[in-house]
Amino acid sequence: MLSRTAASLYWVGRYVERAEFTARLIEATIRLDSLSPRPAGEGAWESALLVTAANDAFSASGEERSPANVSRYLTLDRSNPSSIRACLDAARGNARAVRTALSREAWEAINRAWLGLRDRSSVSGGPGTLTLVETLKAEARGFEGAVHRMLRNEGSWFLMLGAAIERADNTARLIDVKYHLLLPEGELVGGVIDRDQWTTILHTVSAVNAYRLLYPNGLRPGQVADLLIMRGELPRSLAASTDEVVNLLNLIGKRTGRQGEADRLARQRQNALNRATIQGVIASGLHEYLSAFIIENGRIDQAISQQFRFA
Amino acid sequence: MANIGTFDEIRGNDGGDAARPEFGALGRWITDTPPAELDRRQKAAEAAFRQLGITFAVYGEEESSERIIPFDIVPRVFTAPEWDRLSEGLVQRVQAINAFLSDVYGERRIIADGIVPPELVLNNPQFLPTLAGTQPPHGIFAHICGIDLVRTGPDEFYVLEDNARTPSGVSYMLENREAMLRLCPELFEMFAVRPVDTYPDLLHETLRSVAPRGSGNSPVCVVLTPGHFNSAFYEHSFLADSMGVELVEAADLHVDDDVVWMRTIEGPVRVDVIYRRIDDEYIDPLVFNPDSVLGVPGLIAAYMAGNVTLVNAPGTGVADDKAIYSYMPEIVKYYSGGEAKLPNVETYRCREPQALRYTLDNLEKLVVKLVDGSGGYGMLVGPTASKAEIETFRAALIAQPHRYIAQPTLALSTVPTLTESGVAPRHVDFRPFILSGANGVQIVPGGLTRVALREGSLVVNSSQGGGTKDSMILAGPARQSMGSGGMSQSMGGMSQSMGGGMSQSMGGMNQSLGGTSQSLGGTTRGIA
Repeated sequence: MLSRTAASLYWVGRYVERAEFTARLIEATIRLDSLSPRPAGEGAWESALLVTAANDAFSASGEERSPANVSRYLTLDRSNPSSIRACLDAARGNARAVRTALSREAWEAINRAWLGLRDRSSVSGGPGTLTLVETLKAEARGFEGAVHRMLRNEGSWFLMLGAAIERADNTARLIDVKYHLLLPEGELVGGVIDRDQWTTILHTVSAVNAYRLLYPNGLRPGQVADLLIMRGELPRSLAASTDEVVNLLNLIGKRTGRQGEADRLARQRQNALNRATIQGVIASGLHEYLSAFIIENGRIDQAISQQFRFA
Repeated sequence: MANIGTFDEIRGNDGGDAARPEFGALGRWITDTPPAELDRRQKAAEAAFRQLGITFAVYGEEESSERIIPFDIVPRVFTAPEWDRLSEGLVQRVQAINAFLSDVYGERRIIADGIVPPELVLNNPQFLPTLAGTQPPHGIFAHICGIDLVRTGPDEFYVLEDNARTPSGVSYMLENREAMLRLCPELFEMFAVRPVDTYPDLLHETLRSVAPRGSGNSPVCVVLTPGHFNSAFYEHSFLADSMGVELVEAADLHVDDDVVWMRTIEGPVRVDVIYRRIDDEYIDPLVFNPDSVLGVPGLIAAYMAGNVTLVNAPGTGVADDKAIYSYMPEIVKYYSGGEAKLPNVETYRCREPQALRYTLDNLEKLVVKLVDGSGGYGMLVGPTASKAEIETFRAALIAQPHRYIAQPTLALSTVPTLTESGVAPRHVDFRPFILSGANGVQIVPGGLTRVALREGSLVVNSSQGGGTKDSMILAGPARQSMGSGGMSQSMGGMSQSMGGGMSQSMGGMNQSLGGTSQSLGGTTRGIA
C-alpha cells in the first residue's frame, strides 16, 4: 500500500471519529442544557467548547456564548477545526484522494454526510441541530459498518487505527474537562446538577445503560471514571482504544513486516493501563493522569506516521 | 450538407414519431413511457452519480468546481452490423496511428516519401524531438485511443477527431450502463445488449501485455493522476479501482538509476507500467515544463532506458493534432495499403492559401478550429455565431492561418432526448475506446455518446453544456422474451448473415412475433 494512501486512510478514520464525537457531545450538551436551570445551561456549552479544545478560539471570535452560537460553532463553523463540517470536509478530502482504497459503501457514507451538510448555513435551533446530529450519527455508523465489510487488510486497519487513536484522545479530553466533578472520590453524587453532568458524560460515549448494568449501586464518580478509563468492555474507554491500537498495529505489522516504535509505545501504554487501578489513578491526580495520556497518545500518533512514512 | 434533413438514429429520416423498423420496440418505449417517469429515472441516475462523486470540473468557473455531467435516460443504440463496420474502421485507423508514431519517432519513411510535409511533424509542438529514436516497449505508442465519430446518415460515419493522448470519458460509458441496468431493466429484456463491463479487465490485460521485457509474470501497473483536484479525477480513481491497481500521484513515485519506484508502507516497490493521466508537458520537470509539480523527475530517462512503459507513450500528440488529422486518409492508406474505411470530415487546412481564401469567404457556413485546441475552446461554429464572433475569428485567421483548420457544418445525427418539453431530437457524437496491446487491438462494444442538450446546438463538449447517454451495441436483432440458449445462438448467426436491406424485414417480423418459441423457431428457419 502507498504510504500516502495509508496516511489518508488513517486521517479519514480520525476525522470521521472526531465528527461523530462532536455530534455526540452536542447531543448530550443540548440534553444537559434543557435539563438544567440557568446559568448551569450555559456552563454546559462552555464545557462542550473545552472538551473540543475550542474554548479559546471561540472567545477570540468575540461572539456571545449563547447556546445557538456555540452549537453553530461546533456544527458548521469552518474556522473551528473540530466542527462537524470541518471534520467532514477533511474526511472527504482525504477519502476522495484515496477512494480506490475505500469500498464504494464507505466512500458513499462519507460523501453523503458531506453532501447533507454542504449547503447548510444555519441549523435552525435545537430541533434542527438534533436532526443534523442524528443524521450524522447514522452516517458515521454506516461508515463504520462499511469499513467492517471491507477487505481485512491494511486498508481497513489504517482506517480503524486512526479511529482508535482519535477515540482515545476524545474520551480522555471528555473526562478531563469534568475531572473536578470526580472529587471527592467515593461519594454518592449529590444534587440534580451533578447527576445530570454525569449522565451527560455517559450519554456522550453512549454508556448510560452500560453503566447501570456494570455498576448496580448507583452513580458514583469513581465508578464513572473506572468505566471510561479501565473497562475494556466499553468500546469508547481508554482501555478499549489502547487494546485496539495494539491489535491493529500487530495486524499491520504481520502483513507488512513493519514493526517498530509505534508498536513498542502502544504495548507500553497497554501494560501500564493493565497494571493501574482507578483508585491509584485518582489518588495520584486524575487530571495529571489524563494529561499524560493525551500526550502519550500524540506520541504514538507521531510514531505511527514515522513508521509508515506518512510524511 | 447542412441543408439535408437531419438523420435521427432511432426514428430515421422521415422526422415522424415512428422508429426505424429495427428499433420499433425502443420507439414504443419512448412514446409509451410518460415523460414524468423518464424524468424521475433520470433524476435518480443523476442523484446516484452525485452520491458516487462522478463529477468533473469546468475550468474558469468557480462555483461549479464539482458538477456532474447531465445524463440522458434515452439510450443511443447501434445495430450489430453498424457496429461491425465501425469496428473495422476503428481498428484500421488506430493501427495506422501507431504505425505513424513508430515511423515519425523512427525512420520517418512517411516524410521521406512525401506523404506528410516534414514541418507539420518536426515543427509540431506535440512532436518531442528528445524522443526521436526511442521506441516504446513492444513498439506501441497509443495504447488507448478515443476516436470521436459523427454520423450524418444510416451509413455515413465520419471521424471528427482522434484522441491519442489521454482520452477520457470511459468511466461514463461504464457508469451510464450501470444506471440504465438499474433504472430501465425492460430495455435489456427488449434488446440483447453487449456488455461493456469487460473494459477494466481488457485495459489491465493491455497494460500488462506492454510491460518492459524482463518485468516477470506479474508486472506492477499503476494509474498516475495529477491529483483529486483534476477534472477527471473520478475516472482515474475509478479505473485504478476497477483494475485493482494503485492510484499514484507524482509524489508517490521516484526514479533511481533509471528505474521507477513507488513509496509504500512496506518500502519501495518497482513500477513497470504507468497508465498516466498527466499531459506530456507536465510529466517530467527535468525534460519538459520545469515548474511542473505534477511530474516525476527522471521519468522520461527511465522510459528511454526501456525500464518503464508509459501508457500512452509520450509524444503521441503529434498523431492527433488537428493539422495532422487532415492527412489521416493518406496516412491510413500509406500504412494499411487500403482506403480508410472511416472517412474524415472534409477539412480545409488554412495554412494552404487556397483553403484559407475559401474559409474566409465562407466563415458563416464553416466550423473553424484551433489546430491545438481541445474541449470546445477556441472554436467557431459559423452558422450559430454572431457577426462579432465571426469577425474576431476572421482577424485571428488572417494573423495566424497555420493555427486553424475549417470544416463544413455537418448535419449531425440526432437521438431522441428528454428535454423540458418532452422527448425531442438532440445532436450527438460518439467516442469509442480502442485498446492496443502486445496481443492486438480490442474494442469494448460501447463508448461515450455525448449529446448537445440545447436545441439545435452542435457542441457536445461537457464543458459547454453537453450531456451523455448510454450507448448500446446490440448483439443481434431484438430479443424475444422466451429466447433459449440455442435460439439466441441461431439469432446471432442470422444477424451476421443479414445485410442492411434485410434488417427492415426483421423489424417487421419482430412485431408479429408473439414470443412463443414455436413461431420464432419457424421464422428463424424461414430466414435461414
